[in-house]
Amino acid sequence: MSHHGFGPDLAEVFGPSQQDGGPELVQLLTPEGERVHHPEFDRDFSAEELRGFYRDMVLTRRIDTEATALQRHGELGIWAQLLGQEAAQIGAGRALRPQDYVFPTYREHGVAYCRGVDPLNLLGLFRGVDHGAWNPNDNNFGLYTIVIGAQALHATGYAMGIQRDGDVGTGDPDRDAAVIAHFGDGASSQGDVNEAFIFAASYNAPVVFFCQNNQWAISEPIERQSRIPLYQRALGFGFPGVRVDGNDVLATYAVTQAALQRARDGQGPTFVEAYTYRMGAHTTTDDPTRYRLSDDVENWKLKDPIARLAAYLRRNGLAEDAFIDALKVEADELGHYLREGCKALKDPEALSMFDHVYAEETDEIAAQREGYAKYLASFEGSHA
Amino acid sequence: MSTTKITLAKGLNMGLRKAMEDDPKVLIMGEDVGKLGGVFRITDGLQKDFGEDRVIDSPLAESGIVGTAVGMALRGYRPVVEIQFDGFVYPAYDQIVCQVAKMSYRSKGRSKMPMVIRIPFGGGIGAVEHHSESPEAQFAHTPGLKVVACSNPVDGYWMIQQAIASDDPVIFLEPKRQYHADKAELDESATPDPLFTSRVVRAGTDATVLAYGPTVKTALKAAEAAATEGKSLEVIDLRTLSPLDMGPVFESVRRTGHAIITHEAHVNLGMGAEVSARIAEECFYSLEAPVLRVGGFDIPYPASRIEEDYLPDLDRVLDAVDRSLDF
Repeated sequence: MSHHGFGPDLAEVFGPSQQDGGPELVQLLTPEGERVHHPEFDRDFSAEELRGFYRDMVLTRRIDTEATALQRHGELGIWAQLLGQEAAQIGAGRALRPQDYVFPTYREHGVAYCRGVDPLNLLGLFRGVDHGAWNPNDNNFGLYTIVIGAQALHATGYAMGIQRDGDVGTGDPDRDAAVIAHFGDGASSQGDVNEAFIFAASYNAPVVFFCQNNQWAISEPIERQSRIPLYQRALGFGFPGVRVDGNDVLATYAVTQAALQRARDGQGPTFVEAYTYRMGAHTTTDDPTRYRLSDDVENWKLKDPIARLAAYLRRNGLAEDAFIDALKVEADELGHYLREGCKALKDPEALSMFDHVYAEETDEIAAQREGYAKYLASFEGSHA
Repeated sequence: MSTTKITLAKGLNMGLRKAMEDDPKVLIMGEDVGKLGGVFRITDGLQKDFGEDRVIDSPLAESGIVGTAVGMALRGYRPVVEIQFDGFVYPAYDQIVCQVAKMSYRSKGRSKMPMVIRIPFGGGIGAVEHHSESPEAQFAHTPGLKVVACSNPVDGYWMIQQAIASDDPVIFLEPKRQYHADKAELDESATPDPLFTSRVVRAGTDATVLAYGPTVKTALKAAEAAATEGKSLEVIDLRTLSPLDMGPVFESVRRTGHAIITHEAHVNLGMGAEVSARIAEECFYSLEAPVLRVGGFDIPYPASRIEEDYLPDLDRVLDAVDRSLDF
């Protein structure tokens, strides 16, 4: 029965539950922390790798909670929270090789952490001291892109550059490179993302489209973006799509690593839909209680990516007290570093606003800088 | 000195070829630029000689073309993007003004955007809608972009190479009705004027006429006609719209006391408004009359059967000259 008269009821399309991701969901670790196996994407993880994932997720969550608190204290203008998406980001971030290149949206704090970007630089952007202080080429991690989905095209073009440099399919693991474009479910509606799919498919570009489907684009639910599961769209563009449990760091790692390797080998793009949930608000200015049910949030809490890996580690004797205690100290130190570092971030000099508008500065900009400098100087000593 | 007689289309084609020969990082991207050589044949023969990896036939998606060019530039390439017609640039507008224009600024100069976006612009070819527009003010209003317009074959040859060599993104406007119109002598051994400079193309003493792109020819015709009536018009080809090179303009207007600017774009908030304001700020006491603007009307580009009424022509320029001199 149609609930609005046009096409099937969305519940019929998606099934009664919006939360289990369906039978196609790739999972290696259940919400209860039980290791399960997958015919295509299974792999073994060493104890060290597993503890590493856990540490990464705990520290990433700490970055997020500290930043949220700093925003509440007025130290940041705004913050885009990632609470609940730690596994999706760490799984993807750890699957990258140094020569791979990341084109993030504005919520990729965990991926930034994996790439070695100082989290203080992320805070600077949201505090308003700059538009991103890290050098994209130091860590092959691009600046945050605020316009939804624009970076999917940049990633595709960059991947086409990698092709032209001959850095695809050579068989040399230190040379072959891939690009990953991060975006959310809302961006899947954007023209640029769809154009990126077309260009990537047409040129067989070595790019992985990594969509964190966190179910909500501010207040617009995924049902408002797509009548079919997002990963199925890839087929229409001519490349594979995979839906992975985005709250399962092992599965996200395994799937992303396979997609990146496919790209590096010259087999073209893959679309990875990391099925997850935004536990917090869209940003600190948002109020999700206006548009979603607390029942949903409570259900997703049971799928917490950190808790499930913790359960697995404990059950298998991989999280000794010493490891947990040391991690707690490390997280507290990180929190302290962020709190103190954030407050110490200096406002830029006013005249720096004129810098880098152009690579080759124009006389017009130089004259405006000079004029404003003179204007400012005219106040010196006048206020005493 | 050996010279060749070339059209604007040929000059641009030769300039692109030279830039590709000189720098293996130069790429051409766009719709139909490969086998077809572009709908205006500006890229004729380039894919044959430089291959499909350097002259890239694109899907029909302007945002995609510019957006992927951003990625190419970030990888160290120097993409030259062709937008097939002026009215088709708008689907790429977001990528151009939000991404291309701001990349240097937001990255503190770490990520340059050495990209050229070529746009055949203006009317007069009897085309259907969206094929005759003059969107230059939209881009000149955007910090981070540089905007230039060529008006003749020799400038076409030099300016396209200079734009490609620039580390900044350049919106490169080509007057499409001049592509195959007039021929000029090109001396490839000459030293060209720098890219971001305006140039006096006809000396005169009574009034200064400012133009760029397709209206330079109109202004020169007007100056010729005015001379038969004993009026001496100085004509300046602005060539660069952002940044504006106002030095030669101020010098000229201080001498003549009269300034008229003509362009095909709508007058309201067009380039003429900016040029006029700057002249007023700098040359106020030299002016004998208000700066006058002769442009397209503030209407969408009309159907082609009446485009001659929309486009500023010799008579409308001369009428403005008379109004200025009679003021």
